Amino acid sequence: MNGNKKGGYEMKLLRHFFTMVFVLSLFATINASEEKEILCASTTSTENSGLFAYILPVFEKKTGIKVKVVARGTGAAIEMGKRGDADVAFVHAKEQELKAVEEGYFVNRHDVMYNDFVIIGPPDDPSKIKGVKSASDAFRAIADSGHPFVSRGDNSGTHTKELSIWKKIGMEPKGKTWYLEVGQGMEKTQRIANEKRAYTLTDRGTWLATKDKDKLEMTILLEGDPLLFNQYGVMAVNPEKHKHAKYKEAMEFVNWLISKEGQEAIASFKDKNGNQLFIPNAK
Amino acid sequence: MNSIIEGFLKAFSLILTLDRELVGIIILSLQVSGTALLIASLIGIPAGTITGLMKFPGRGFIIMLSNTFMGLPPVVVGLFVYLILSRSGPLGFMGLLYTPSAMIVAQIILALPIVTSLCHSAIVNIDPIMGQAAATLGATPYQKALAIVREARHGIFSGIIAGLGRVMAEVGAILIVGGNIAGYTRVMTTTIALETDKGNFELALALGIILLIISLLINMVLYVFQKKGAQRRP
Repeated sequence: MNGNKKGGYEMKLLRHFFTMVFVLSLFATINASEEKEILCASTTSTENSGLFAYILPVFEKKTGIKVKVVARGTGAAIEMGKRGDADVAFVHAKEQELKAVEEGYFVNRHDVMYNDFVIIGPPDDPSKIKGVKSASDAFRAIADSGHPFVSRGDNSGTHTKELSIWKKIGMEPKGKTWYLEVGQGMEKTQRIANEKRAYTLTDRGTWLATKDKDKLEMTILLEGDPLLFNQYGVMAVNPEKHKHAKYKEAMEFVNWLISKEGQEAIASFKDKNGNQLFIPNAK
Repeated sequence: MNSIIEGFLKAFSLILTLDRELVGIIILSLQVSGTALLIASLIGIPAGTITGLMKFPGRGFIIMLSNTFMGLPPVVVGLFVYLILSRSGPLGFMGLLYTPSAMIVAQIILALPIVTSLCHSAIVNIDPIMGQAAATLGATPYQKALAIVREARHGIFSGIIAGLGRVMAEVGAILIVGGNIAGYTRVMTTTIALETDKGNFELALALGIILLIISLLINMVLYVFQKKGAQRRP
């Protein structure tokens, strides 16, 4: 193709371009290191609060095991473990967790820590829930007044808790005009509730960590009901179900979390305003 | 408005300080998207050329499929690749989920239809006289095809650039298959999504600005290449 020499220059450039991309891609060939690592399926509340960034380096330093965290809603995190896509799950929906253990997907579930849920809403409290005795009464008051309530709607631990309260008062909020399912993480849900001047159920950790940063014009209207207790648990993926699961390393992580040292690390984690977000309670 | 100004200021301070973590994230972004684009081009350009030059049964179907897949939502691609690569999926034994390789696979699927379709249309738009002339001059079918590809190089190049734009900007697929693991599968776009989730709007915006600057630099280089070529045309 001698008649086409003028194209040669550009073809050369095209080749250079590919060479460049190829060289770049060589670096991408996975840095297959021999270091021990496990994959932990967890929730947005633990990741976004900064807890993992605080405690994982302590664990890694002690054991040499790197913990890679994938943060999803509790439902998705448990599903990840069930499918064998994680080695350990650190979530907060005790009933779902126990069910998954019973089904044989996980072993060695332990309570690790807790924080609690609170109901937040606009300070002028249009549904008058401040001062009512229980979370159930508050939910009923919101439903009766028809003031907007924002739901996570994402099968997360918080969403599960919320649904259990609706169920307890015999109410089916789905489809009601005042009931907004957003399908987002806790912090986004709070922000949406703030914009809509609506109520929502949130965990105290996320609330404390974000209310100033996000400039939320909301306040805690109900807290302290034992029903609003938010228990976090950790469990290892059953190696009999998934042979490739790194059971030994996962158990090192589980045992560390419930050890005196791990519990102290959790207790000493504070947000930037000095609030303790999680209270360790492993037995 | 304040947040936007702060975002710009933060972007500049991040660039000036060259935060090590950020550099790692940028390099991983380029590696993942660059590799995906390279592989997509290696498949897409021949595919676009063949469908552009040859007539065979199923050709129209391939073109239609490729055009449709150009509009595929990244989240759907992510979910699909996730189910394939999951330990419980058909290719689970490879252990690729939540690795940069999984992200590359997802991005290949996103870029391939764009590269193929734009390459196809570039080839089709070349004047058929070009091929006839080559044949008259005694070119073999292979030489004829090569001549047409050379003639269509600008359009093909545009396809590659469009593919690059698609994969660099994409977040839905790599979030699902990469898992956004800190220091391992966290790239520019997933970091931006995470920081937005965390309410760090200024930081998220700053990262967005940096991503834009990187894209601009890449496109500047590509533009210079293309322009130089274009000026050499008689």
